[in-house]
Amino acid sequence: MTSLDLAFAACGLLAVVAGLLAVTTRQVVHAALWLVVALLGVAGCLLVLGHELVALVLVLVYVGAVVVLVLFALMLTRAPIGPDLAHAAPVWRQAAAAVAGAATTALLLAALVPVAGSAVERREISNQAVATELFGTWVWPFEALSVLLLAALIAALAISRGRAGEDT
Amino acid sequence: MSALEVVVRSVAVLAAFLVLPLLVGQTEHKVMAHMQGRLGPMYAGGFHGWAQLVADGVKFAQKEDITPRAADRTIFRIAPFVALVPYLLAMAALPLHEGVAAVEVPASAVLLLAATSVGALGTLMAGWASANKYALLGALRSAAQLVSYELPLVLSVASACLAAGTLSLAGVVEAWSPWWLVWQLPGAVVFLVAALAELQRPPFDMPIADAELVMGPWTEYTGLRFAFFLLAEYAGIVVFSLLFAVLFLGGWRGPFSDELGWLWTLLKGLVVAVLVIWFRVAWPRMREDQLQRLAWLVLLPVALAQLALTGIGVVVTR
Repeated sequence: MTSLDLAFAACGLLAVVAGLLAVTTRQVVHAALWLVVALLGVAGCLLVLGHELVALVLVLVYVGAVVVLVLFALMLTRAPIGPDLAHAAPVWRQAAAAVAGAATTALLLAALVPVAGSAVERREISNQAVATELFGTWVWPFEALSVLLLAALIAALAISRGRAGEDT
Repeated sequence: MSALEVVVRSVAVLAAFLVLPLLVGQTEHKVMAHMQGRLGPMYAGGFHGWAQLVADGVKFAQKEDITPRAADRTIFRIAPFVALVPYLLAMAALPLHEGVAAVEVPASAVLLLAATSVGALGTLMAGWASANKYALLGALRSAAQLVSYELPLVLSVASACLAAGTLSLAGVVEAWSPWWLVWQLPGAVVFLVAALAELQRPPFDMPIADAELVMGPWTEYTGLRFAFFLLAEYAGIVVFSLLFAVLFLGGWRGPFSDELGWLWTLLKGLVVAVLVIWFRVAWPRMREDQLQRLAWLVLLPVALAQLALTGIGVVVTR
């Protein structure tokens, strides 16, 4: 077991524990903050594997923008300090959610563990290689995704502005 | 890298982190005072009040550390560190001279952007956990502002990186030429304005507007924790000024750059920091809707145009 293995295990454990806490906590803002910790754990895992750029972009986009937006939305609506009792779920729903979560995990494990094979070689991947792949081999999926996002953006704008003639 | 080298590098970054913000703070005291036709602090330390910030630090350390009863205690307590630590990390990745940076990574520009974007979380946490409506309003405003200005900031950094053909800050300085002062000028202006907004400095200080929100997200903080927020703000000025110097002003390039390159970087950074201070004195605070309008209708189109211009330039010259 090398120090890299240890670092990977620590980051993975951090991500899993923080993810569990994000789901189980009764405080909605704490859930968002545990999500930050979980994302940082995942970024750490990627960093250990040598995918520096992906890890940094994960932090930049998800922690820096998406979670900030989530917190913004929470604070705009309702984010009480202390446990949120108004939205307490009954026991049978908690149990059903736990079963659904466990079933998804089992399904994913059953599908992914046989594929995993032996230990992964750590490879330093240069940023140039990432760019060449992204804008060479995968340029059409990349463009299709960006058009999809653009369509979503324009649709959101259209919905928020309301119909023509209807005064907002 | 030996253990000793790691220790030396960490201590150097920590020293820079503690000294440079104080330097900027003292410069602000004096420059602002002279711009407003007064002397500024004159007594502490004897010579032109050079020890004023040290005295302020001692005062902050002596004050009682109060946590409001209604506050979310844990979040309230860790928020100052969440605001502070990312800037420490960002400062570690800034290159001062050829091969002189505490942490050298291939994508240091992205590392800096990622670190500074995490700092915003500290403000949000502080505002929410204080259980104070002024703090919450301030945090909301700062979240809206930071998300809006993140985009032009990232795009202008992307333009400089595109022009250099690398994500490494040292590589950007290597590729820099005086022509960039014209070619990258719109990007540089966008970067400076967006950086000011990220720092929530006047004229972008709507989130902490003291006349209406007391002190925004920092309202409930006292003593050392408040001082940490102040330190984070001034460390942010240092980080963004040096980043501007490295990306758009050529970092350590200049006469005698082989020996005195680090001095050039620091000098250029200091000039930008004085500019940041000047903005505070020269402009009144912008309203919330004006802030958003500026970000989305001016800065973003200019940043995109700059990115296109850079792309054309890179394709034509290669």
